[in-house]
Amino acid sequence: MADSPLNSLLKGNTGRNTRGLLRIIILGTIAAAAVSSRLFSVIRFESIIHEFDPWFNFRATKYLVQHGFYSFWDWFDDRTWHPLGRVTGGTLYPGLMVTSGVIYHILRFLTIPVDIRNICVLLAPGFSGLTALAMYFLTCEMSTSPSAGLLAAAFMGIVPGYISRSVAGSYDNEAIAIFLLVFTFFLWIKAVKNGSIMWGALTALFYGYMVSAWGGYVFITNLIPLHVFVLLCMGRYSSRIYISYTTWYALGTLASMQIPFVGFLPIRNSDHMAALGVFGLLQLVAFADFVRGFIPGKHFQRLLTTMIIVVFGVAFVGLVVLTVSGVIAPWSGRFYSLWDTGYAKIHIPIIASVSEHQPTAWPAFFFDLNFLIWLFPAGVYMCFRDLKDEHVFVIIYSVLASYFAGVMVRLMLTLTPIVCVAAALALSTILDTYVLASPGPNPKAKAVEDTSSEPLRSARKPDVGVTSYLSKLVVTSSAIIYLLLFVAHCTWVTSNAYSSPSVVLASRMPDGSQHIIDDYREAYYWLRQNTPHNAKVMSWWDYGYQIGGMADRPTLVDNNTWNNTHIATVGKAMSSREEVSYPILRQHDVDYVLVVFGGLLGYSGDDINKFLWMVRIAEGIWPDEVKERDFFTARGEYRVDDQATPTMRNSLMYKMSYYNYHTMFQGGQAVDRVRGAKLPAEGPQLSTLEEAFTSENWIIRIYKVKDLDNLNRDHSNAVAFDRGHKRKRATKKKGPRVLRTE
Amino acid sequence: MPAKRTAAATGPVPAPSPPTIPSSSTTTTTTTAAASPSSSLSSGPKTLTTNSSVLDIAHTVWQQYLATTPQRTLLLDAFMGFLVLVGGVQFLYCVLAGNYPFNAFLSGFSAAVGQFVLTASLRMQTSSSTSAATVSSGGKGAKGKAAAAAAAAALGNETGGNGISHERAFADYIFGSLILHFFCINFIN
Repeated sequence: MADSPLNSLLKGNTGRNTRGLLRIIILGTIAAAAVSSRLFSVIRFESIIHEFDPWFNFRATKYLVQHGFYSFWDWFDDRTWHPLGRVTGGTLYPGLMVTSGVIYHILRFLTIPVDIRNICVLLAPGFSGLTALAMYFLTCEMSTSPSAGLLAAAFMGIVPGYISRSVAGSYDNEAIAIFLLVFTFFLWIKAVKNGSIMWGALTALFYGYMVSAWGGYVFITNLIPLHVFVLLCMGRYSSRIYISYTTWYALGTLASMQIPFVGFLPIRNSDHMAALGVFGLLQLVAFADFVRGFIPGKHFQRLLTTMIIVVFGVAFVGLVVLTVSGVIAPWSGRFYSLWDTGYAKIHIPIIASVSEHQPTAWPAFFFDLNFLIWLFPAGVYMCFRDLKDEHVFVIIYSVLASYFAGVMVRLMLTLTPIVCVAAALALSTILDTYVLASPGPNPKAKAVEDTSSEPLRSARKPDVGVTSYLSKLVVTSSAIIYLLLFVAHCTWVTSNAYSSPSVVLASRMPDGSQHIIDDYREAYYWLRQNTPHNAKVMSWWDYGYQIGGMADRPTLVDNNTWNNTHIATVGKAMSSREEVSYPILRQHDVDYVLVVFGGLLGYSGDDINKFLWMVRIAEGIWPDEVKERDFFTARGEYRVDDQATPTMRNSLMYKMSYYNYHTMFQGGQAVDRVRGAKLPAEGPQLSTLEEAFTSENWIIRIYKVKDLDNLNRDHSNAVAFDRGHKRKRATKKKGPRVLRTE
Repeated sequence: MPAKRTAAATGPVPAPSPPTIPSSSTTTTTTTAAASPSSSLSSGPKTLTTNSSVLDIAHTVWQQYLATTPQRTLLLDAFMGFLVLVGGVQFLYCVLAGNYPFNAFLSGFSAAVGQFVLTASLRMQTSSSTSAATVSSGGKGAKGKAAAAAAAAALGNETGGNGISHERAFADYIFGSLILHFFCINFIN
C-alpha cells in the first residue's frame, strides 16, 4: 500500500529490486515502530519490571545467570511456599529465562556489558519486532497481494491486544510466546504448502521452543491436528499433508517431552489426545491412499468415510475407557472453564479469582482491536473465496480463537494474530481493488484505461462506479482515515492503559504535574533492609512474587497458584478472628504480615476489594469455619463502615487495614476513599500483631506477629492489661475467649 | 510395507467378519489399517470389476506392487517393515513386562515411530515421480469427483509431489532424522 504511487515509476527488473528494498525498509520501520511504541513506560517511569509474574521470571533469570544452566534445572526454591518449597526447575516453562540468559551471554561475549535487568525489560519489545516480521511472512503465505503482508505486520506491531502483554518491562512468557506462535504457524503453513520434511522439522523445533516458553502451546497442539482433520474431511488428503503433519507430530511431541514441566503429559493428558488421534488417522488414510493406487475402484471415497467412522469410534471409546480408568489424566480445570464459563466459579475459585481469567467484556474487543474487529469477518470471508489449504487454517483458527477470546480475557492474545491476518487480507483486497496498485508487469496507465479488466477483478462487487475517480477517492481516503484513527487509538491505548508498571503508580497533581507513588518499592525495601534474611512474610498470593523479587524474603504463597490448600490457609488466616488466625500464623512461622490498603489514596486494587476471594477460597476448604454470607450485611451489602458485620469487623484483614486509620483524621472523620465509606470513629484493636511499617500513602502496611507473651498470658489479656492503666474501657475485652496456641 | 501387506493378505481369510481392533497405540492402528480396507472391500458394493474373493484382490495387489515398485523403494519398504517390527516388539515388551524405565520405552518407541514416519515421507517424495504417479493420479481422479474445489488441491498436489528433487528429499530426511535422534538420546536418561 505504501509503495503504491511509486509503482508507475518502477517497472521491470530494477523496479522489482527497488520494491524489494522498499519492502525491507518498510518492515524495518514497522519493527522499529513496534519496539518504540512499547517504550512508554520506560520513558515515563524507568526501566523496571512490571506487574506480578514478571518479577518471578526476573528472579529466575537472575538465578540462571548466576548459577548456570544445570543448577537452574535442579533449582529447589525454599524461599517460596514457606514450609513446602517449590521445585522451581521442574515446574516452570524455562524458555523465557533461557532466552534472556542466552542473549545476556552473547552480549557479554561481544563485550557489551548489559545489566540482566535491562535485557529482561527490553525483551518483550524486541520480540514484538520479530513478531511483526513473522506476521509478514505468515500473511504473505495467505495472499498473493504484497500489501497484505505489510499491512498485517503493521497491525501486529501496534495492535493494543498484543501490546497489552508486551510493553517494556512486562517480562512474561507471552513476550516471546506470541512470536513463537506466529512463527510456528508460518512454518506449518509453509510445510503444508511444500510438503517437505525440513519445514515440518522446523515447525517441530519452533513448537518445542514454544512448549518451553508458554503453557498456551496446547493451542497449537490442538489447532494443527484440527486443521489436518478438516482437510481430510474435505477430501484433500495429499502426501504433503502426511509428510508435514507426521514429521511435526513425531518430532514435536518428542521435543515437548524434553521440558520437565511437560514431561509425559503429551501422552497422558487428554488435551493432547487429538493430535495423537489425527496422527493415527493420517497413517490409515495414507495407507488407504497407497492401496488405492493398486485397486481400480470408484467406491474409495465411501470406503474412506467408513474407515474414518470406525476408527474414530474405536479411538473415542478407547479414550473414554482410558480416561475413566485413570491412565490418561482427566481434563484440567482450566480446560473445563473454557467450555463452561460458570465452571470455575463454582468448583475452583482460585482460577476464577484471577482477573485475566474472567470472561471478556464486549467493549474490550473494540478497545484492543479497534477497526480490525470489523474487518476481521470480511477477511475470513475472503478466505472462503479461494479456499486453499492455508485459508482453511485461517478459518479454523479464527473460529476457535474468537470463541476462546470471548471466554477468557487473556486469550484475546491468541485471537490478535489471526485478526491481524484477516483484517490485512480484507483491507488489502479493498485497496487493491480500488486503487489498482497491484505491482506486476501491467503499468498503471494501462490499467486505468483498460476498464474491461476491472469488472472482472471486482466481479462480486457492484460494478457501478468502481472505476470512477470519485469512488476511488472516497474508498481510499476513508481507508486511510481509518488507518490513521487506528494508529491514534493504538497510541492512546498503549500510553494510557497498558504502560503502567503497577508497581509504581502515577497520578496528576492539581497543577498537572506528574506525581509518582512509589509505596510498593518503599515497603519492599523496608522489608529488605529491616528484617532478618529469613523472616517469613505472609501476604495474599498476588504479592508473593514481588516480595520474593524485590524484598528477597520467603513468602507463604505466591502467584504460582499450584497449592490451593495453602492459599486457602492464608485466606482463612486473613478472614478469621485474631484468636483463630494467631495459631495459624505461629504454625507457619510467619514473622510479618503484609496487606495492601488503598483507602487513603483511593487505590482500588487493594486487599479489602480482593477480600471476598480470600473468603471464597478459604470457604472452599473449610466450609464450616469461614462463611461468605457472614461478610455481607443482612441486606446483602459488602460494607466496611459502622454497618459492617461483626465477622467482617473482627477479621484480621479488616483490622490490619483500618488499624490506626482513624488517627489520620480529626474526630470521627475517617473516610475510606475507595469504597466511599465513612468509618466508625473508633478503629479496630489488634492484640496479636503490632504495626511495623506503613508506607507513605498507606498503600502497604506491614505488621509484625508478636511472639508468645512472656508471662504466658494470651495476647488479648496482655493488651488489655497494658491498656488498662490508661483506659478502663478496654477491660470489657476480657471475656471467655481462650487463645489456642499450639 | 511388505510386512503389513502379507498381514492384509492372510488376515481376513480365516475370519470374514471385521476383525476386532485393539486400538491403543499407533502401531496397532497401522496394522489394522492393513486389515480394514480389504475386509471392507469384500463386504463393499459389487462394483469390483472382476475379482470376487478377498484373496484374489490381495494377490493382485501384491503382484502389482512387486511388479511396479522399483528396487530402491522396496528397500525403503523393507526398512519400514523392520521399524514396525521394532516398535511392535517394544510395545509388546511394555505391555508384558511393564513400562518401568518409561523414558527409555518412550524414546525407543518414538524413535521407531518417528523414523517410520520419516521414511514413509521420504518414500512418498522419492517415489512420486516413478511408481506412485499412479497413486497420485488415482487420488486426483477420486478427488475430482468428491470435492468441488478439488482442482486447486490437485494442482497443489502435483507441484508438491514433483517440486522436490530426490537429493533435496534425502537431505531433508537426514535433517529430520538427526533432530529425531537427538531428542531421543536426550530423553532416554
